[in-house]
Amino acid sequence: MAKYSSLGLETELTLALPGGGGGGDPSGSMETKQKKRVFFEFSGEESKVVSKNQVVGWPPVCSYRRKNSFSGEERTKMYVKVSMDGAPFLRKIDLSAHEGYSGLIMALEKLFGCYGIGEGDNNEYVPIYEDKDGDWMLVGDVPWQMFSGSCKRLRIMKRLDAKGIKLHAKDLLKGISIEA
Amino acid sequence: MRSFQSMLNYFPEEVLEHIFDFLTSHRDRNAVSLVCKSWFAVERLSREKVFIGNCYAISPERLIARFPRVRSLTLKGKPHFADFNLVPHDWGGFVQPWIESMVKDGVNLEELRLKRMLVSDESLELLSKFFPNFKSLVLVSCDGFSTDGLAAIASNCRFLRELDLQENEVEDRRGQWLSCFPDSCTSLVSLNFACLKGEVNLAALERLVARCRNLRSLRVNHTVPLDALQRILLQAPQLVDLGTGSFVHDPETCNKLETGMPKCTSITSLSGFLEVAACCLPAVYTICSHLTSLNLSYAPGIFSKELVKLICHCNKLERLLVLDTIGDEGLGVVALTCKELQELRVFPSDPYGVGNAVVTEEGLVAISAGCRKLDSILYFCQQMTNAALIMVAKNCPNFIRFRLCTLNPTVPDAVTMQPLDEGFGAIVKSCKGLKRLSVSGLLTDLLFHYIGRYAEQLEMLSIAFAGNSDQGMLYVLNGCKKLKKLEIRDSPFGNEALLADVGKYETMRSLWMSSCEVTLGACKTLAQKMPRLNVEVINESGGDQTEASVDDKVEKMYLYRTLVGPRKDAPDFVWTL
Repeated sequence: MAKYSSLGLETELTLALPGGGGGGDPSGSMETKQKKRVFFEFSGEESKVVSKNQVVGWPPVCSYRRKNSFSGEERTKMYVKVSMDGAPFLRKIDLSAHEGYSGLIMALEKLFGCYGIGEGDNNEYVPIYEDKDGDWMLVGDVPWQMFSGSCKRLRIMKRLDAKGIKLHAKDLLKGISIEA
Repeated sequence: MRSFQSMLNYFPEEVLEHIFDFLTSHRDRNAVSLVCKSWFAVERLSREKVFIGNCYAISPERLIARFPRVRSLTLKGKPHFADFNLVPHDWGGFVQPWIESMVKDGVNLEELRLKRMLVSDESLELLSKFFPNFKSLVLVSCDGFSTDGLAAIASNCRFLRELDLQENEVEDRRGQWLSCFPDSCTSLVSLNFACLKGEVNLAALERLVARCRNLRSLRVNHTVPLDALQRILLQAPQLVDLGTGSFVHDPETCNKLETGMPKCTSITSLSGFLEVAACCLPAVYTICSHLTSLNLSYAPGIFSKELVKLICHCNKLERLLVLDTIGDEGLGVVALTCKELQELRVFPSDPYGVGNAVVTEEGLVAISAGCRKLDSILYFCQQMTNAALIMVAKNCPNFIRFRLCTLNPTVPDAVTMQPLDEGFGAIVKSCKGLKRLSVSGLLTDLLFHYIGRYAEQLEMLSIAFAGNSDQGMLYVLNGCKKLKKLEIRDSPFGNEALLADVGKYETMRSLWMSSCEVTLGACKTLAQKMPRLNVEVINESGGDQTEASVDDKVEKMYLYRTLVGPRKDAPDFVWTL
């Protein structure tokens, strides 16, 4: 379904929060009384997982319950080894103790007593992980649940060593505010 | 008639008071107070239990003035949608002024039950020090306090019977709060600290349980391991309600538990399993046959197969809380086994992921067919159909609470792709005693027409992403005469609906509207017309009330009836109009 912008042009719905943004309706006519839920309809198909992530407070589960019973994992604790370039020994971190990437990065920084883990250019270190297939992947590309389900170990790599590789996804870790 | 009237006037007050003692429901006592002045007077002086559904509807001073003998107080603070992060944390609902006021007026407080309130350690300390007969503290979905506050309660409340913490955010201060219960404390009947994150002194816990011979209910947190639980159960075979901690351990401990369990013949309510190893579950099979209440909704580690093995022993179950990992098949087993089931709650375990843990309309229909005594349901599901809801309505006409939540809030009938109007319509038509309803899925104004027409007893209605126009909301406001709480989010209801019948809101406790079409101007108009309503607008984007235009849509509005005018503790982002 289309939404009318202030120029009277039809625009496609965007993945914005319902009620947010959107051109003001010039004439205030009843014509544009859109169903709020239209936000979810992408040409009549069932809405995708992505849109669910963007709605605050849906599904309506209280935050206490969110923190304590949401799990896509069979194991309740997910300890993985973390190595840091230059550090003489490895550490272990529990992935299930974090709700998202920002929590994980903070914990890693605390663990090794350093700052500057991330994939932005001003960070000294880049976090990468070994997945179920044995491949080394950049942390932050996939949704948190998917990551924590497939991560076997972590490595905090010096950015200098990654020079040859173009890290495209901008501000993935910074931009992620809603993890789970 | 006149002589009858005079007979009543000669009724000694003591007799009236004695009769009123039999009235336990606050609604009955409220009704009785309205009969005449003398009944009002007798009632108010004898009322000991007071229930306040909205802490801002009345002030502590007026409460105490009317009910000076109050001993038990129940208070509710934030609106319900605060549970889903729709209300800023410091919106309000402070218990401090209530406690201060009761301290000042020498109220003999024995019981305090709070829901969605902000409770500080200072409040808890005051509570523990100034009410010598304090017996019972129940905190549900509250925050603002730490284990230091709990330590004060444990240390100072000499006759404490109940400390019940449900789903609170409690800051763990690492102090040994549980060890603060003095050796002289033997009065505990109920202790629930399942929501606490930090460790407790296990030895102190065991000693506490051993000396509290009247302990009926014990719910521990995840830091209490299985072996400690096993020792505790040996000390407390009289327990009626048990919340386990971490149900993960070696087979040896599991065996010990299994042999110990049969002695716990009084346990009828079981919960916890916060961390669970499936191999340990058989230890509880022996008590399953006398369970009436089972809460496995915090145990994501148990899957359908194990759940089913557990549940098939539970044929006396009246209340069941599970995650959707149980699956439709598992619900089928519940339907065959749990013929006494009255309340069922199925929560989502993995709402955003690609997991396969899911229930659909099939599970719900199976339950309704097998569990004919069902009167309360909360069901999070992947999909739903009208046909299924119609069948459910036919099977279970006794619903008092019916809450259905589709994981995609606007999903249509999975088979016909039609709105779910007819399905929910069937529910309200059939369930004449329905008091609480939450709807979801693709819904049009037609559903609200049905609700307005048929839901005569409805007191609470939750709407999200539903309806087409103001007419929808109007149907509800005009039709549901007993409506007390209406909460709406992300629906196209606007000023016309809001202002059509302003008097209606004084018959209700509260109205919440967020991400709807209501403008600031309309809210102001309403506030002006109805001085006995507080119309609050929550504006999180900063800025002043004076800067905002009347045509701006209001992001969040919460209005409620009150006898004491605008509240003085509203933070900056809450504009009282």
